[in-house]
This record gives sequence, C-alpha cells and structure tokens, in this order.
Amino acid sequence: MITAEVAPLPASTGFEAELRLRMPSDIAVVERAVAMVSAHLERRFADAHTVRFNVRVALTEALSNAILYGNAQDPSKHVAVRVAFGPDRIEAEVTDEGPGFDPTIVPDPTLPERLEQEDGRGLFLIRKVMDEVRYNAKGNSVWMSVRRA
Amino acid sequence: MSFTTHKDPKGVLVVAVDGQLIVGNRQELKQRVLDALETGERKFLIDFTKTGYIDSSGLGVLVSLSKKIRDEGGELRLAGLNEDLKTLFELTKLDTLFAISDSPPEALAAF
Repeated sequence: MITAEVAPLPASTGFEAELRLRMPSDIAVVERAVAMVSAHLERRFADAHTVRFNVRVALTEALSNAILYGNAQDPSKHVAVRVAFGPDRIEAEVTDEGPGFDPTIVPDPTLPERLEQEDGRGLFLIRKVMDEVRYNAKGNSVWMSVRRA
Repeated sequence: MSFTTHKDPKGVLVVAVDGQLIVGNRQELKQRVLDALETGERKFLIDFTKTGYIDSSGLGVLVSLSKKIRDEGGELRLAGLNEDLKTLFELTKLDTLFAISDSPPEALAAF
C-alpha cells in the first residue's frame, strides 16, 4: 500500500509543490511508485523525457536500493519519497529505515573486472542521469536533483 | 511483464519481453532461460521490441545469463532496444559485452 500526498511549496523555495509517498519494503511496488511520480510530473511538464527517463531511472534505482539493501525487505520498515518540482528543476529524496551505507566505497561497475558482475549498477546509474546526488551522513537517505531540459 | 518464447527454424530460442524487466520480475526471465539451457537449448535471442524499460537488476540478470550461456558453449544475442534502453547499455558499457542488433531478423541472421 502506497500512500501519497501533494503539498504546495512557497515560491521562495523555487518549487511549486512537493509529492510525498510512503511505501512498504516490497520490490513489487517499485514500478507502481515510479509510475505515480512520473504521471504526476508528466501532467505538468512539457519536457517529458527528463521525467520519463532521468527521473524514472534514478527513482527506480534509489527505491530498489532502499528496499533491497537499506531496509533488507523488512516488512516492518518503510521507504519515504519526496519529489519537489518547479520551473527549473526536479529534486527527489528517498529515505529508508536501514543502518545506512558508505556510498564512496561503491566500485565503478564499468571497470573491465566489474563488467560481468550481476549487481552494483544502481548508484552508478543514478549518478549518470541526475545532475547532483548526495547522501546524508548516516547513508540511509539519497538526495538527487536534475535540471529540466 | 510477460514473455513469449518460440523456436526459430535455425534453432534459436527467441524470448520476447513484453513490458518492463525490473527488480520485481527479473527472476521469471532468468528461470525461463536457465530452464531452456538445462534442456539443451544453446542459441538465445532476447527480443526487447516490446520492452519499455530495464532497470539495473534487469541488466544484471542479462549479464548473469550471458555468462551462464557462454559457459555452456551457447550464444546470446539481444535485439529491439529502444533509444532509452540503448542509452542504459551505453552508460553501463554493457553494449561492449553483448551482441546487440537493431531488430530480431538482423539478430537471427547473425547466428
């Protein structure tokens, strides 16, 4: 069960509004959550490709990481999503209830010796499709931002 | 996601993925191909003509299948990637790992 709410933001923030989702630690709902965010954004923006591709890729990977690695699919834990959107950019924050991790130790999956590894491409893709990506100190919340094309 | 399989006259097992290949359903595709490998199939074409999206988990499954098929002396080809999917393969450099054709007929001709 995904819960969603939209809250307007003051113009001084540079954003129009914020979409907030709370979702269970179930990989089966990732597709639905991403579709909800995409539908919400696509209704407002003409530059649908940024939403359809960049935001979708980043959000899918961030949610998968939060559920699989952050919350370790613990059904008692949830993932919180915040997506703020304005005329210039879209930013998203995904927070899990796990112990956090160190994003600086994730190896480059495109290195020849890593290319045939099954896992380890999620964070790499997020960094490729978003303009800015930051983690909180604990390492359980990723913040990312993309300028609208 | 759903997928359909058929055997090409050249003996290639063609697996067409309809929808999205993502973390929630990647195991279905993996198991289907591994079962076929187990029963002796060696030539595989995965057709993404009707695939909207593949996430990193889906890419990972393809990498894993590629290795297993190669280890058994088989061959895997991919075809029908849309522009977004091509971008994902290029960003992750997986375009250097896979034999990728624009269309299924082109891929089948290359076996």
